[in-house]
Amino acid sequence: MAIATPTVKSPVRPRGTVRPLSRWAAVALLFLGALLTVAPFYFMFVFATHTRAEIFQIPPPTWFGEAAGRNYDSLLERLPFWRNLWNSLYLALMSTVTTLFFCSLAGFAFAMYNFRFREGLFGVVLATLLIPSALNIVPFALIMQALGWINTPRALWVPGMASAFGIFLMRQYIGSAIPKELVEAARIDGASEFGIYRRIILPLCGPALATLGLVTFVNSWNSFVGPLIIFRTAETYTAPLALRSLQGIANTDWGALMCGVALTVLPLLIVFVFFSRQLIEGLTSGSLKG
Amino acid sequence: MQAPLSTRTHPRLTPRARWDNFQRRYAPYIFISPFFVLFAVFGLFPIVFSLYLSFHSWQPAAGLGDMDFVGWRNFTDNLTDPTFWQSLRNTIVIGLESGIPQHLIAIPLAFAIHMGLRRMQGILTALYFAPYITSVVAITVIFFTLFSWQYGVVNAVLSSLHDLPVIGGLFPEEKVNWLGNRSFVQPAVATVVVWRYVGWNVVLYLSGLQSIPRDLYEAASVDGATTWQQFRFITLPLLRPIMFVAITLTLIGNLQLFEEPYILTGDSGGIGNMGLTTVMYMYRTYNFYSDAGLAAAMSWLLFLVIGVLTLVNNRLFGRSGLARAD
Repeated sequence: MAIATPTVKSPVRPRGTVRPLSRWAAVALLFLGALLTVAPFYFMFVFATHTRAEIFQIPPPTWFGEAAGRNYDSLLERLPFWRNLWNSLYLALMSTVTTLFFCSLAGFAFAMYNFRFREGLFGVVLATLLIPSALNIVPFALIMQALGWINTPRALWVPGMASAFGIFLMRQYIGSAIPKELVEAARIDGASEFGIYRRIILPLCGPALATLGLVTFVNSWNSFVGPLIIFRTAETYTAPLALRSLQGIANTDWGALMCGVALTVLPLLIVFVFFSRQLIEGLTSGSLKG
Repeated sequence: MQAPLSTRTHPRLTPRARWDNFQRRYAPYIFISPFFVLFAVFGLFPIVFSLYLSFHSWQPAAGLGDMDFVGWRNFTDNLTDPTFWQSLRNTIVIGLESGIPQHLIAIPLAFAIHMGLRRMQGILTALYFAPYITSVVAITVIFFTLFSWQYGVVNAVLSSLHDLPVIGGLFPEEKVNWLGNRSFVQPAVATVVVWRYVGWNVVLYLSGLQSIPRDLYEAASVDGATTWQQFRFITLPLLRPIMFVAITLTLIGNLQLFEEPYILTGDSGGIGNMGLTTVMYMYRTYNFYSDAGLAAAMSWLLFLVIGVLTLVNNRLFGRSGLARAD
């Protein structure tokens, strides 16, 4: 057995030792990559403060301008944009609340009960994840037409109330984080099965609920194909759809468009700044390690 | 003798106890039933209906009564339609151009973040993940301006790089008409997809890296293995299960690409239809040509392609592939 010397590259390098040049190169590359990743966000906010003419000049603007107010007025002239943002928020909240409830309930059942066909039924849940959503576009549009749900948000949140991904995430979490004895004890104390869910399981699911809630909210807020099929009037558009409709016009007001883009992205970025750790940790530990 | 025995095996239960037994027995089924009811109504039924539809000619505006059975005609019509083949080719080319770089970037990136920077790990991962949480519409609108021919930031950066000494020759002298030149539409769309999903894959691979025991690396470095050797002989083989998951997700996602090309090319498919993906073409067939049967058949053809490629992927990277590697 060789004895570790300071020259051996080791991930457990003791504190205070000098990092080799290659390590610094890697760090520089990582930050350059991060810069490239963040740059489009930066330009999004810079462009939101410039007029159309300023955005398309040579060289393009790289610092904030003074046209933010003008862009905002122009945006509201063309679109009921606050209404569109509210539509997005309403849809995202309804999806999130219902998804959290139904997925945690089903996850609880799969994690804590022994019942016939449990593994088979769970297999079915997982298998539905593999069905390409493209297969569903045409019949989805037809069914919603038949139900008269065109232009109504429930066309989008009702079908998504119990997502397979959510059930999977909740089962993994409940199974690994909550001891079965807790459920047994509550049962001996005379709690009903739903009471166990509401008073024992739900309060202990905080981290998993936060992750699933964030994922659901973000996906719903950003969804495009579903709203494109369902919402047909400017009043019912969600924010992404409204932005898309601005772009179609021959003489696009890029300043107004960028202002709308910034208003759509900003709320999510703020949420993300506060909850990114929660989201990323939840996704990595909950969904994959199990 | 008989009577007491039977009361022992079937004790008379109070209503309360009977209710307890009942709910204990059926609670799990009730708790999972919403998923299955919703799936039946909004998942299974539409798929069966879509299969039925694919053998019929139908203009939705005409009402349900006007469905005509046409056999395989929708399928043969699609298979003899050059635009369908082009859309499929576009989908696969854009899928490869965006799929392969995604993983080639994400794996070393995750390795570098994992091995190098313990303290910066959180913030770096968050920065790389940020594009994933942003609306595709917003992202694509930004890239549309960044890729603009005369006035775009991308071309401005490229031309200033061209002016640099020594390495300047690597960069084009002329401005690139990203969205107006047949050969650049697909790379432009792929760039947006790569940008959006690299962070997602980094997170997946980080979770895989975290499950590799640290002492493996310690043992290797004690034996004098370089970082490259550790990456090559420890990280890559042990990362294979996660690679399989990540590549499967990319494959299924990329073959259904819609939003990025739809918005970047202004729903037309761009110059020479180079940005027209199969899902876009299917949407166009349904929405603008109002031919639901043809569109449904197209979605089944795409499903077939996805199925075959997923199977190939399964053979190459999946469990059976793993067993052979062991």
